[in-house]
Amino acid sequence: MSIRISAEHVVKKYENGKVTVIPDLSLVIKDGEFFTLLGPSGCGKTTFLRILAGFNTLEGGRILFDDTVMNDVPAQKRNIGMVFQNYAIFPHLTVRQNVEFGLKQRKISGEELKKRVDEILKIVKIEEFADRLPDRLSGGQQQRVALARAIVISPSVLLMDEPLSNLDAKLRIEMRTTIRELQKKVGITTVYVTHDQEEALAISDRIAVMKLGELQQIGQPMEIYLRPYNTFVATFIGFSNLFRGTVRMENGRPAVVLNEDCVLHVPDLDESVEDGQEVIVSMRPNEFHYADRGLRVRVISSTFLGQNMSYKVAFENALAVELEDENELTEPMNYLERKLNAGDTACIMPMENKANVFTADGARSLIKGVTIYGGE
Amino acid sequence: MAANRKWKPDFWFWLTVVITLVLLVFLAYPLFTLFIRAFQNGADGSFSLDNFVRFFSKNYYKRGLKNSMIIGFSVTGLAVLIGAPLAYLMATYKFKGSRVIDILIIISLLSPPFIGAYSWVLLLGRSGFLSDLFAKAGIRLPSIYGLGGIIFVLTLKLYPFIYIYMKGALKKIDVSLIEASESLGCTPVKKVFTVVIPLVLPTLLAGALMVFMNAIADFGTPMVLGEGLNALSTMVYTEYINEIGGNSNFSAAIACIMVVITMVFLGAQQYVINRKSYTMSSLKPIKKQKFTGIGGVFAHIGAYVILAFSIIPHITVLVTSFLKTEGKMFRQGFSLDSYRTVFSSLARPVLNTYKYCLAAIVVIVILGMFVAYVSTRKKNVLTRFIDAVTMFPYVLPGAVLGLTLLMAFNKPPMVLSGTSVIIVIALVIRRLPYTLRSSTAIMYQLSPSVEEASISLGCGPVKTFFRITAHMMLPGVLSGAILSWVTVINELSASFILYSSRTITMSVSVYQQVVRMEYGTAGAIATILTLTTILSLFIFFKVSGSSEVDL
Repeated sequence: MSIRISAEHVVKKYENGKVTVIPDLSLVIKDGEFFTLLGPSGCGKTTFLRILAGFNTLEGGRILFDDTVMNDVPAQKRNIGMVFQNYAIFPHLTVRQNVEFGLKQRKISGEELKKRVDEILKIVKIEEFADRLPDRLSGGQQQRVALARAIVISPSVLLMDEPLSNLDAKLRIEMRTTIRELQKKVGITTVYVTHDQEEALAISDRIAVMKLGELQQIGQPMEIYLRPYNTFVATFIGFSNLFRGTVRMENGRPAVVLNEDCVLHVPDLDESVEDGQEVIVSMRPNEFHYADRGLRVRVISSTFLGQNMSYKVAFENALAVELEDENELTEPMNYLERKLNAGDTACIMPMENKANVFTADGARSLIKGVTIYGGE
Repeated sequence: MAANRKWKPDFWFWLTVVITLVLLVFLAYPLFTLFIRAFQNGADGSFSLDNFVRFFSKNYYKRGLKNSMIIGFSVTGLAVLIGAPLAYLMATYKFKGSRVIDILIIISLLSPPFIGAYSWVLLLGRSGFLSDLFAKAGIRLPSIYGLGGIIFVLTLKLYPFIYIYMKGALKKIDVSLIEASESLGCTPVKKVFTVVIPLVLPTLLAGALMVFMNAIADFGTPMVLGEGLNALSTMVYTEYINEIGGNSNFSAAIACIMVVITMVFLGAQQYVINRKSYTMSSLKPIKKQKFTGIGGVFAHIGAYVILAFSIIPHITVLVTSFLKTEGKMFRQGFSLDSYRTVFSSLARPVLNTYKYCLAAIVVIVILGMFVAYVSTRKKNVLTRFIDAVTMFPYVLPGAVLGLTLLMAFNKPPMVLSGTSVIIVIALVIRRLPYTLRSSTAIMYQLSPSVEEASISLGCGPVKTFFRITAHMMLPGVLSGAILSWVTVINELSASFILYSSRTITMSVSVYQQVVRMEYGTAGAIATILTLTTILSLFIFFKVSGSSEVDL
């Protein structure tokens, strides 16, 4: 009994309307989908999740579960399963009592209660801790209890608020696989909040990237990574080098000129581009190759990362858009043509077919078919 | 745009309203009455500054004010001089019997008030046990009566505040700070003055304020040892007695002066704390060192001597309660006479104390949990009002509170004077700021997401409070309640103004027996009180699993 969630022009304000956290948000989360809200802290992702849960009111717009408007339905009547960042396990109840809690609220007892609890404890692999109190469980085990407690009530939606951020790196990867597999097995619509872009890419069916309460892009992980809608998405998901360039019409076909030695014939450029239009080009650190002519770089430092060699570089002629970080160039070790040292210079060429081109303000992609809501 | 969700008054709203009303009636209204009366002319009820003019124009009253200030400052100074070094030694060195010392110090702090006073009278008063003994050897001991005696007794009663506060603060200092200062070339003495003292200064000031407020609010000690010497706390009472039948305007004015004094000192302390307080996360607390050389011997002797002085009153009380008495005279030998007298003719105060205090504790626990919940989770204008009003009893000396309640509730529509209800109200109000502080601290430690988890699982907000939140708060609240219990069974200054012959409590009864020089029965009641205190403290240590008390 999974459902579709629709948000229509949702507005959220704090402090009696003085601070607007979400100005106007609309999106649809499909039935059975693993949907991730991704963004830096303060982007409104947790606020939106809590609106879905019913813990936050909304100052405008509607939330629908399938076709039912949920605005005035209190949290305890929404039939949601929620997993919190700090797990929020009831400290005075045993693992079993924690998991039973939601079922008891639904007046389920006796054989069925036991059967359902046993089943879920087994699925999340904590059956041997059933009679323990939570303070004797590790972080990972507590997380499993939280997951079991949320899923056992067969909720319409599973909401997860940065559930893995308190775990160590190794456990985080293990748990994210567990969560992903469990979600596919149960087939429940899941909304997942994280600020970790790698986690989002690994776990989601679709991702909504948010910034300051506004939607930046919705799409499948690969779509978002390869075809970002704006420069924020390009730089927030992974690293991108940004360059200023100009469109030049060559035989009726547009090309992007970074300098006279570096003219990119980017495929799929939008037809709207005009001769002389200023644009921004974004390239991932691994989307360059060495060439005789192109962009000249000076190496500032190099870091060996195992699989890759990462270079911090300065581009000559101040072509690059100023970023807080320095520009980066990575090179997979197996392709390493030569090892550069600090102070060395080299000439590199961006890979034309990988380039993303944006308007001069970075707000919109100039690649055909790339939209904020993706090609659904 | 859809309309905003309509606001409907829920359970918490009504609860907040009820709490606000209760506080308005039993706290704000009485205080307001006190304030108004202080500015009213006793004869015709017109508003004037007459009462204050009278106070500051007569040497008799000015001397009382001066005495209170002398008592307050000397006791605070002496308590710091005794409590702070003792705490430093106990926190940094391995002491023989340190746990026993801790517990005895806590007991001496929480024991009934003025027990110290009357035990020292038995020992050092006219024909006191020790003064007689020394007189035989031709030595005249200094008199226990008068200002010196009051300061001596109050210092011994109140230095534990400094000790307990300081020990708590020293525990929070990370040893690496001290090691850092040593590595930078600080000598041990310099280290104490340049690192340790600045870090614990806010706590030291908080402790000093507690001592000061308790010293000037103390009512029993100057009554027993003063012999006609006036202090503000006793004047509030005596002027009230003199004015009986009148409107108590003058004693209201004295009460106001006391409140202003405590507020000024509270304000000064807050001012300093706001500028001088540091947050420290103690990863590695100070490790206790072993004593080396002769210093250790002196430190031990010093600590034991202080402790002996703290405990002597209790032993005196215990011994006198078992002495054979004949009328008011002690005879040779021991007997249970005093206890027989207590149980045959003085059972009422004992029962009253347990009844009232139990009632007060129940109210304190329930009120504390509800108020802590709404003021942390459901913040609004009303809860801010509740927060502000509930801090007031902190600066209200017991006698002032008693007077306040009496003035507010001795006329229709609410006549409560002489009833047990008014005593329970006084006990609840006196303890309220402390209870709220501890239960609010507990609430802040509980993550709201645990409650949200419960709600998301289908358990409504009110049900969640009782099934989840209350359960999680309970251990902390209960251990706080035991401490409240210990404080309220020993309460004297408010009860003394509020009691009637039917509602007399143990501490009042001890005082009466002392005045009548019935030292045997006084000792017996005081012993029952002390035993209850000790027993409760042990339960507290068991329940809370620590050997610390948070006052």
